[in-house]
Amino acid sequence: MTVTELVSYEDALAAYDPVMGLEVHVELGTKTKMFCGCSTALGAEPNTQTCPTCLGLPGSLPVVNATGVESAIKIGLALNCEIAEWCRFARKNYFYPDMPKNFQTSQYDEPIAYNGYLDVDVDGEVFRVEIERAHMEEDTGKSTHVGGATGRIHGAQHSLLDYNRAGIPLIEIVTKPIVGAGEKAPEVAKAYVTELRELIKSLGVSEARMEMGQMRCDVNLSLRPQGADKFGTRSETKNVNSLRSVERAVRFEIQRHAAVLGDGGTIIQETRHFHEEDGSTTSGRVKEEAEDYRYFPEPDLVPVAPSRAWVEELRGGLPELPRVRRNRLREEWGLSRHEMQSVLNAGAIDLITATIDEGAPADQARKWWMGELARRANEDGVELAALPITPAQVARVCALVKEGSLNDKLARQTIEGVLAGEGGPDEVVTKRGLKVVSDEGALGTAVDEAIAANAAIADKIRGGKVAAAGALVGAVMKATRGQADAARVRELILEKLGVEG
Amino acid sequence: MPGITREEVAHLARLARLELKAEELDHFAGQLDDIIGAVARVSEVADQDVPPTSHPLPLTNVMRPDEVRPSLTPQQALACAPAQEQQRFKVPQILGEE
Repeated sequence: MTVTELVSYEDALAAYDPVMGLEVHVELGTKTKMFCGCSTALGAEPNTQTCPTCLGLPGSLPVVNATGVESAIKIGLALNCEIAEWCRFARKNYFYPDMPKNFQTSQYDEPIAYNGYLDVDVDGEVFRVEIERAHMEEDTGKSTHVGGATGRIHGAQHSLLDYNRAGIPLIEIVTKPIVGAGEKAPEVAKAYVTELRELIKSLGVSEARMEMGQMRCDVNLSLRPQGADKFGTRSETKNVNSLRSVERAVRFEIQRHAAVLGDGGTIIQETRHFHEEDGSTTSGRVKEEAEDYRYFPEPDLVPVAPSRAWVEELRGGLPELPRVRRNRLREEWGLSRHEMQSVLNAGAIDLITATIDEGAPADQARKWWMGELARRANEDGVELAALPITPAQVARVCALVKEGSLNDKLARQTIEGVLAGEGGPDEVVTKRGLKVVSDEGALGTAVDEAIAANAAIADKIRGGKVAAAGALVGAVMKATRGQADAARVRELILEKLGVEG
Repeated sequence: MPGITREEVAHLARLARLELKAEELDHFAGQLDDIIGAVARVSEVADQDVPPTSHPLPLTNVMRPDEVRPSLTPQQALACAPAQEQQRFKVPQILGEE
């Protein structure tokens, strides 16, 4: 393998214009497979969720999952696509052990949805990504390669196949060539996949968790000299499976293509593998031409012809789409586009919304999820939503702060207790004894002690240096282990020293 | 009329992972040519008013509800596998990749 010296990103963009095509596979969250009644539940023992149909045994016949078709139409509608009045499945023939049938049931020239678009936000501007098609197909089995280095196919002695995943419904969403993104191509790619993931989640058709392989992206990229009309030869980087990786893969391929082309070389149309460790790609197989798959209409399935009444019913039932909802919430919460982008990136929109629904003020809900909780999620390396605290519990903490039972510091400790599994906010407050000290007698004594122990500071305050009161407040807070209301402590100090606040 | 070349047979054989000898390429090229020629005669009799069809029955929208049905046991699923390991189908080294 020859190692190509990459061209700097800036130099690449100065000479070439990138054109992208993104193919995203979404595993639907149906209970059963696309063409048989086998369960799709995750984590099952190998080959416990197969039947004659998904194993491709002779005499078996597939039947389409109605929910799979419904989900495909919903996705198509949400992507502003036209929905086919009549379409068929097709066999994509290839010999590879991940599909025991020796073909994948897919759609070829008659996708269920086509000609749509998705608007995405990039740096506060709207970029429209045109959608070529969204079609129905099925997932393949899972291979484990044995005998090679680190489980990779290269050098493997043999492979082991688990067909539990074979036949799980997939929707493949293909963009038209994305032109005009220029130097923002990597960000556009990332923003598109992010927006698509939000859209899929909002439709409730899949959890679209990329780390679980429920959503996977293939990145097609080509470069053409600045000013040229004709597209260059593309490479297809397979299975780019995180938002960050999508951005990195585009960036890397731009630099690699520019290096090859700049040297007078030619880009080979091939699939490439993405490497998470360093963000590079390496050559895979030379891509088979579409005709090599010898697509033909699947004779075992009858056409799908969604009635216009059904399509309109599904259109009427679509939820508020994420971008529209985000803009509405952004205004309601009084955030800038940039702030809202951070909330989106943190995966906090639904959590904050739910916390507000539980009675918390918007600013407080955002403060906790984007502050303390985001920090914890980051530290623990988990998604925000995976933290063991509910929006209702966060709302309860906000309420306790509002009624004066907790100050900021105690609220943080309460949240810490909830995260540690010590119970709900009220339970943690009781168990840890976190209530603000509101007993005026006890507080008065602590203030007196602080004044006595810091006579010099007390004199300064008496002399008019009110700002010095902070040191005494600190002493009292320390004495009460942070459980006093700092504002009230300050009032008491000034009162006792006979100074106006 | 189609003329299936030796090269096309070799290409198809490769896609189908079949190893064919030189004389077999000639042999199958002739046979495939005959078969395709015979099938192609259908388009001679089918006029403009006969739409292409992929299914003999005038049916659409045959679907099933998304309800789980029992699967095979792994023992049943693997019963015909020539080789197995760790409750998985064991297949030979996959060549021509990476």
